[in-house]
Amino acid sequence: MTDSKYFTTTKKGEIFELKNELNSDKKEKKKEAVKKVIASMTVGKDVSALFPDVVNCMQTDNLELKKLVYLYLMNYAKSQPDMAIMAVNTFVKDCEDTNPLIRALAVRTMGCIRVDKITEYLCEPLRKCLKDEDPYVRKTAAVCVAKLHDINAQLVEDQGFLDQLRELLSDSNPMVVANAVAALSEISDTSPSPAAQMEMNQQTINKLLAALNECTEWGQIFILDALSNYVPKDDREAQSICERVTPRLAHSNAGVVLSAVKVLMKGMEYVGMESEFVTTLQKKLAPPLVTLLSSEPEVQYVALRNINLIVQKRPDILKHEMKVFFVKYNDPIYVKLEKLDIMIRLATQENIAQVLAELKEYATEVDVDFVRKSVRAIGRCAIKVEQAAERCVSTLLDLIQTKVNYVVQEAIVVIKDIFRKYPNKYESIISTLCENLESLDEPDARASMIWIVGEYAERIDNADELLESFLEGFHDESTQVQLQLLTAIVKLFLKKPTETQELVQQVLSLATQDSDNPDLRDRGYIYWRLLSTDPAAAKEVVLAEKPLISSETDRLEPTLLDELICYIASLASVYHKPPSAFVEGQALVVRKTQLPVRSASGEPGATGATESPVPQQVQPAQQQQSVIPSHDTAMGDLLGDLLSMDLNPPQQQMSMTPAPQQDMGGMDLLGGGLDSLLGGPSPVAGMPASQASMGGGLGDILGLGISSTTYVPPKQVWLPASKAKGLEVSGTFSIRQNVRYMDLTLKNNAMAPMGDFAIQFNKNSFGLSPASALQVPSPLSPGQTADVTLPLGTNGPVQKMDPLMNLQVAMKNNIDVFYFSCLIPIHLLFTEDGQMDRKVFLATWKDIPDSNEVQKEVANPNQLDPKGLSDKLQQSFIFTIAQRNVDGRDMLYQSLKLTNGIWVLAELKIQPRSPTMTLSLKTRALDVIPHVQQAYELIIANM
Amino acid sequence: MIHSLFMINSAGDIFMEKHWKSVISRSVCDYFFEEQQKANSPEDVNPVISTPHHYLIHIYRENIYFVAVCTTEVPPLFVIEFLHRVVDTFTDYFGDGGETAIKDNYVIVYELLEEMLDNGFPLATESNILKELIKPPNILRTVVNTVTGSSNLADTLPTGQLSNVPWRRAGVKYTNNEAYFDVIEEIDAIIDKQGSTVFADIQGVIDCCVKLSGMPDLTLSFMNPRILDDVSFHPCVRFKRWESERVLSFVPPDGNFRLISYHVGSQNMVAIPVYVKPNISFREGGGRFDVTVGPKQTMGKLVESVVITCAMPKVVLNMNLTPTQGTYTFDPVAKVLTWDVGKINPQKLPNLRGNISLQSGSPPPESNPAISVQFKIQQMAVSGLKVNRLDMYGESSPKKSFSFEKYKPFKGVKYLTKAGNFQVRT
Repeated sequence: MTDSKYFTTTKKGEIFELKNELNSDKKEKKKEAVKKVIASMTVGKDVSALFPDVVNCMQTDNLELKKLVYLYLMNYAKSQPDMAIMAVNTFVKDCEDTNPLIRALAVRTMGCIRVDKITEYLCEPLRKCLKDEDPYVRKTAAVCVAKLHDINAQLVEDQGFLDQLRELLSDSNPMVVANAVAALSEISDTSPSPAAQMEMNQQTINKLLAALNECTEWGQIFILDALSNYVPKDDREAQSICERVTPRLAHSNAGVVLSAVKVLMKGMEYVGMESEFVTTLQKKLAPPLVTLLSSEPEVQYVALRNINLIVQKRPDILKHEMKVFFVKYNDPIYVKLEKLDIMIRLATQENIAQVLAELKEYATEVDVDFVRKSVRAIGRCAIKVEQAAERCVSTLLDLIQTKVNYVVQEAIVVIKDIFRKYPNKYESIISTLCENLESLDEPDARASMIWIVGEYAERIDNADELLESFLEGFHDESTQVQLQLLTAIVKLFLKKPTETQELVQQVLSLATQDSDNPDLRDRGYIYWRLLSTDPAAAKEVVLAEKPLISSETDRLEPTLLDELICYIASLASVYHKPPSAFVEGQALVVRKTQLPVRSASGEPGATGATESPVPQQVQPAQQQQSVIPSHDTAMGDLLGDLLSMDLNPPQQQMSMTPAPQQDMGGMDLLGGGLDSLLGGPSPVAGMPASQASMGGGLGDILGLGISSTTYVPPKQVWLPASKAKGLEVSGTFSIRQNVRYMDLTLKNNAMAPMGDFAIQFNKNSFGLSPASALQVPSPLSPGQTADVTLPLGTNGPVQKMDPLMNLQVAMKNNIDVFYFSCLIPIHLLFTEDGQMDRKVFLATWKDIPDSNEVQKEVANPNQLDPKGLSDKLQQSFIFTIAQRNVDGRDMLYQSLKLTNGIWVLAELKIQPRSPTMTLSLKTRALDVIPHVQQAYELIIANM
Repeated sequence: MIHSLFMINSAGDIFMEKHWKSVISRSVCDYFFEEQQKANSPEDVNPVISTPHHYLIHIYRENIYFVAVCTTEVPPLFVIEFLHRVVDTFTDYFGDGGETAIKDNYVIVYELLEEMLDNGFPLATESNILKELIKPPNILRTVVNTVTGSSNLADTLPTGQLSNVPWRRAGVKYTNNEAYFDVIEEIDAIIDKQGSTVFADIQGVIDCCVKLSGMPDLTLSFMNPRILDDVSFHPCVRFKRWESERVLSFVPPDGNFRLISYHVGSQNMVAIPVYVKPNISFREGGGRFDVTVGPKQTMGKLVESVVITCAMPKVVLNMNLTPTQGTYTFDPVAKVLTWDVGKINPQKLPNLRGNISLQSGSPPPESNPAISVQFKIQQMAVSGLKVNRLDMYGESSPKKSFSFEKYKPFKGVKYLTKAGNFQVRT
């Protein structure tokens, strides 16, 4: 006899029948009836009409019946709040029962009844239960506070339940502690009010660590997650936390293991970089991570997503474990793809042979997605491990020989990337590639092949025929292929002008006259004009040397990676996105986001971040060295960039071909100009135009009214009129009201009026970019001068420039596009939150190696006293942390922070009545030092 | 934490739902169904799905998707581990965790889910405690219940939940005390065409069946504990003693449980006990299939229960084979060949050969199928792990300090090596 009988329905009047049975005198019948009701409820039938009858069954001694009725109540109380009140009395009575099980059950159930009216009655019993003598009741009550908070947060705060919950953190029973932690974390996750935040100090941490060993596995997860939010005071504390958490790695629950890994990964950041402790800890991390991979596939998937982060952060941990990532044929596809990704990350010169053999094996499997990704992986290996490139290429050639259509196409796409990485090395295989021309039917593959043909047109005898064959179906091709074809034919023309004139004219007219696609048309026009005005320039532009693609294009950005490391084991680590990007109603996201330590975090241990409403933008130490992703590649000139490169963040450099998404995103300058010409929103505009002009205007007024506090260098002529067909541009940079501006003076020295101004910056070292469109009174009549301010943002694309402070600007008007470059004064990038805490300053100063200290004599022409100096410097956001007097000399200790998070620490030695001072600068990013020195000199000289 | 749970069967019916907080409409599962449509096979559905307002985390077991719905940031492994625990509990209670079992016992299922999670926080997940709260069904009890009208819900407080050893209930009594330990090792391996090992490692567990009265305290030591450098323990194991002395010291739960699981990594050499010599070739319209199995490094033990499965390419129509021993079946729908070999006689190696017929007109497949092998070897742990001795002490009186009494129970250790995910590429 089984319960399935409850699911069978009688033919007529089911509810009516149940009602009768519920009101039956026989206990047995009642219980059977309640069971049937619950069964209907479970399968989603609406049995809420029976509410009063079921509630009537509640006053019983039979525990099972009570529980069943409770189940029903929880489900339907919301829809019948008035009826639910009837149940309150029984609850209150049950909360005083002698049996702790009943007390706990009652308080638990009450919390689940999500009716406001009931919650009021709940407060008193709950308060009692939180102090119950029985730990089972206390731990249940702790969770109940979280439930209540979910229903009515204000009530919980007003009634002081949060304090009671915090007291439970030091309960003698580990289970109670664990539940209190869980409840508090959930509350602080959902509540923005500071009262709800969990305060962590050394004492609580010690209690949590003590409870950690003795509570249930789930409790351990809660406690570990809470621990990971704590910022240890110093090395020693971090080390001791790590030591006490390490045994958790041997837990059989994968959740515990991964949460422990999180605590340890974070902890390692706080212990010195090269310490032996870290080395041994790293060794201990490998086995548990590997073990996770032999669990159920779902666990494997989450583990792999996390391992993906871990190998990017600390590649040493798993460097010898390549083999465990080898794919088994019956792994689910989501596991296969993740494993592949990690295999490439772990690929080195030593293990590349093995990896390649595996990848080749995978490329013959049945699952198309997986095969494609495997082929792509071979290409990535070639780009990553230079020594293996040759073998990768020959493997790819073998695969092309199989003639399996999608394998061939994928191989051609990656071979194009290999060409970009190792130019003039493997072009001998082009003929093999050309054999497969006909079989390509995917846009990606076609575009790649066309790019190859265009790029190496001089080596392919029949390049013109090949391209011509594509041209026949020009209008049926996807945009990507069309754009590529256009560029390729122009390249071909520039290389073999005599034979291909007809072809190029054909493609230009196809692109400009017969196409509705603005991108294609724009590009067509650019080429056309280039070719017709100055073929030499066209050659320079179109055939410009392209920067090599970097091997680590698929890596996460270091800042994001550091943030995600703090979220190991959470959903964020699976999505590889910070929670702010996807979690709804997350309170203050700052809560866990800081890996950083000594150089940065506010007051140690005081969890400054949780309390300050404005998240301090703190950057971890090791990140500072790599804020500027250094592409050791020759920067193509801006024009070359505009045409055949992208203006996008580096991850898209992989495909050099101006694929459609690049055109969409980056949008070359002329396209932008065209847009603004049409009155549409200009692509450079960060905010709507009206707002932008407001901002600009306001800035202007303020700029005129109040003399700017920071030092503003005088305007310089950046673009002489002779070079810009009569437009003279001079300008400078300034900060007003914490907004950075580029102040420009435009002068029209030409004979005709000018209009339609637009501005665009090239990628630069600090990601400066226009925050709104350029607002120039238009037209600018001959002889007229216009002062323009352009607010600047610092979130633009970043690329290290040489010289560092160089900024390449393109300005367009109705006549032409002009290019000029200027130097950004570094003090423009000092931020207003550059004041470091004293202790942090001290620790950071010690932490930065002495080799990073640079001294310089600086003139003090006005012989200002320390007070005057620090006041003046503060106006330019150089903050004085401390001042002391040694041997009659005044020492000022100062800090400043750049917009990209680089901290610079300074020590200024002032000799009384001496015209010079000694300035010592210390920072992790040595490149900025000369510029900061210059800034000091300039600011001081202009006081 | 966990907000709701939906159980979905292979037909796409949501046959059970449970909400621990407010009710979430089952329409949220539409996102899941969407993902499911994209997947090639039921196993291929991505376990973590994000939707505009919820996160769906699921496991696929017993042909059922257990879909947990979360609304806030939550450790996904916590959810996945919990779901596995739910299914394990069902299996423990009903003998299997399939759809029929769940439907047949829906009241218990509902009660269990209610006890296991409170407001999304795990409450009682230890099978010992749950069994005290909710008695598992058995035929006798069902009969008694129907006659007497009593229920399988206990009226007592689960004492274990509060003690320092939450995994063990108090007052256990047996007339025959016994403790059995099974050392089971599974070999995961990938063997390439040439027969050399691409990758191999060993997943080991020690499963125990301990039926001892009172509060026994056991110590298990090994001849060669150094093999165990990557272990996961049941919470009952005292980690400190393991760290310092390399012995397992613990107060066991009552009944069956997994004491430790361990992993012997790919750095160590793994002895591969069987080899497979495949010879599969395709040509236009058909092909040859010829597979031989033989013992390799078995330390003189017999290889038993050998089963060879091979997922053939989709174009294979049928196979006509002759085994020298055992029986073979070919499932023409799933295209899976299964050959139940049985024992391997080293003198006369089992062989299966014959013809493959392909769908007419379709080109022969590009690649050969991989073969997966199952086998068992009794009385051998392939890692070489050996139990040295087992000491037992029991608390006979409540004054515990001086009254340890030696048990005289039955005890035994069994070793078993079997294939885990053992694949041969052809």
